[in-house]
Amino acid sequence: MPFEVLQKRQLSEAVFEMTVAAPAVAAKVRPGQFLMLRVDEHGERIPLTFSDWDAEQGWVRFIFMVVGKTTHALSHREAGETIADLVGPLGKPTRVEGLGRCVVVGGGVGAAVAYPVARAMAEAGNEVTVILGARTADLLVLADEFEKLPISELIVATDDGSEGRKGLVTEPLKELCDAGVVDHAMAIGPAIMMKFCAATTRPYGVPTVVSLNPIMVDGTGMCGACRVSVGGETKFGCVDGPDFDGHLVDFEELMSRQRIYADEEREADAAYRQECSCRTK
Amino acid sequence: MPERDALERAEDFVEVALGYPEELARAEAERCLQCANPTCIAGCPVNIDIKSFIGRILEGDYEGGTRVIKERNPLPAVCGRVCPQEEQCEKACILARKGEPVAIGRLERFLGDRELARPPAERERPETAPPSGRRVAVIGSGPAGLACAGELARLGHAVTVFESLHAPGGVLTYGIPEFRLPKSIVRAEIDALADMGVEVVTDTVIGATYTLGELLEDQGLDAAFIGAGAGLPVFLGIPGENLNGVYSANEFLTRVNLMKAYEFPTYDTPVWRGRKVAVVGGGNVAMDAARTAKRLGAEEVFLVYRRTEEEMPARREEVHHAREEGVEFKMLCSPVEVLGRDGWVTGLTATRMELGEPDASGRRAPVCVVGSEFTIDCDTVIVALGTRANPVLTSTADGLELTSRGYIVADENGATSVPGVYAGGDIVTGSATVIKAMGAGKRAAAAIHARLGAS
Repeated sequence: MPFEVLQKRQLSEAVFEMTVAAPAVAAKVRPGQFLMLRVDEHGERIPLTFSDWDAEQGWVRFIFMVVGKTTHALSHREAGETIADLVGPLGKPTRVEGLGRCVVVGGGVGAAVAYPVARAMAEAGNEVTVILGARTADLLVLADEFEKLPISELIVATDDGSEGRKGLVTEPLKELCDAGVVDHAMAIGPAIMMKFCAATTRPYGVPTVVSLNPIMVDGTGMCGACRVSVGGETKFGCVDGPDFDGHLVDFEELMSRQRIYADEEREADAAYRQECSCRTK
Repeated sequence: MPERDALERAEDFVEVALGYPEELARAEAERCLQCANPTCIAGCPVNIDIKSFIGRILEGDYEGGTRVIKERNPLPAVCGRVCPQEEQCEKACILARKGEPVAIGRLERFLGDRELARPPAERERPETAPPSGRRVAVIGSGPAGLACAGELARLGHAVTVFESLHAPGGVLTYGIPEFRLPKSIVRAEIDALADMGVEVVTDTVIGATYTLGELLEDQGLDAAFIGAGAGLPVFLGIPGENLNGVYSANEFLTRVNLMKAYEFPTYDTPVWRGRKVAVVGGGNVAMDAARTAKRLGAEEVFLVYRRTEEEMPARREEVHHAREEGVEFKMLCSPVEVLGRDGWVTGLTATRMELGEPDASGRRAPVCVVGSEFTIDCDTVIVALGTRANPVLTSTADGLELTSRGYIVADENGATSVPGVYAGGDIVTGSATVIKAMGAGKRAAAAIHARLGAS
């Protein structure tokens, strides 16, 4: 069932934002939920988390970084073209009610997911601080949009200091914990970042939720590709998550499982790049 | 029935069983006694008039034979391949008492395939009743849903089938491999249902995109049938089960069948192609996984089962095929740990078992032999131990009564605790067979028809 791309926006060299017409899905999305999509008939099913949606206008939006063939092909879809499939909303929504003083950490494209979460937490009456992180200023995602949210503070950190503070997101997170002003933390980004955020808050006993991004196939509980160890128990990222207690997640296992198809991904992407360069010649 | 050579076929995904040519089908049909009181029909979960369709084959009226089957079963080419006929119609055949029963399944396939060999416009279209003006939602496009949808359409109701994946067919599409059930056949038989007016909507998860309540209230559908399938794969619950290289059979088969990973990189979805593969389980799904692993290039495939071959729930034919293709059976073995290095599987430690007293299932229960642990050298472990109930739909359906294990409670006609909502197939019974699910779908269709007629 094809879905029309309404808008594509390039946010940095390898990061894109895409808006797709999907009225039935848009009517249902809540913060923290994800979709599965397939670009074309030969495509892989990949999970992407919603960055925004509009129930009235019937669209959903997501942000992705080009990391392999599927995201590469997706980045070549223009407004007016279609993608083969989009299904959702999947997974449990993020808890946003009655949390008190919240810190939401968004790293890299994880900021796209942090955006609706922070917005919903603020709308639910929590006091929200957002920490945005990226390697460099160019890779910061949605910083302008965060500025407009009714949040108490936006802290930006880049590895190279090209914008905001120089350093990792864990530093301001630790300072806030030290100041004793955090009741609840949420970290969304690369697994390694979420691991260190959870390690940062652990000594303070601050409940810390992480939004995991394991490999999935169907996204509805059928295959178990997305299984993660949480507190020694096997959970399915798609139906039990994607949010889990960051202090209980086995991040080493998650990172290892994310790399299962690294060789095949390289092979497929190289072939795709070759094909693209042939076509343009 | 003619089959491809075991060594040749174990290299590719082309269908194993070749089907009857016309003269063999006629010869097989000649064996049918055309009993005055045929016992085979009662052996069929959807009560196909077997005597009559075999009679048509004898007359050379193949279209007529197909018509007879399609009165009861919209998927003859599928069922002719995957039904366990030896447990059903063929077991009830009078000839089975003294020798070989009539090969009813093969004859069904013969007719189904002949039908699909005709141009689509010329194929049999079951007669449909005049439109009733009633609309029914069917949730899930697997065997239960398709059988229910076909029957409802025949009775004149407008049917919309909702499928969560991007392609319809359920287990026929994602689960059963190409070499046993070609996907072009599944597609063609589903297309025939579409010709009857059944609408199939993919990419829609009931319980997520719409709830059951929304379908009935907001969208004004008059009744619903839930044939969502079972869902969550069962894992071993032993150390190492999340190592890279450990698959559920569902994931392994979905990657290969639905996503066509065997054609990577033409298709984008990869699958880890192990050299030494251990498949845990003894059902048809375990056989499918083992034979698929072999076709993906595994040098050695072990089937690890805690009882003996006699207790295996798989069809004899599938067990035989697996053996022929070089799958090595390790019976009376129960896994205790998956071993790994650098995050990847390096072996499977198992313990020897022996058979003790019969358990609740009537099969002799395997008992662990103390101190008998040994390790199977392997780089892939595929777990085929069945599934648990999927909560996505049921957790959002108000008032729907569930069993303690999360399956939907339904009576013999599929009626659930919610008026107008029916259910059947694996989401009611737990893992079963294609044709049993179809039987449940058809019974529910009859009940829905009665309800809609009465209201």
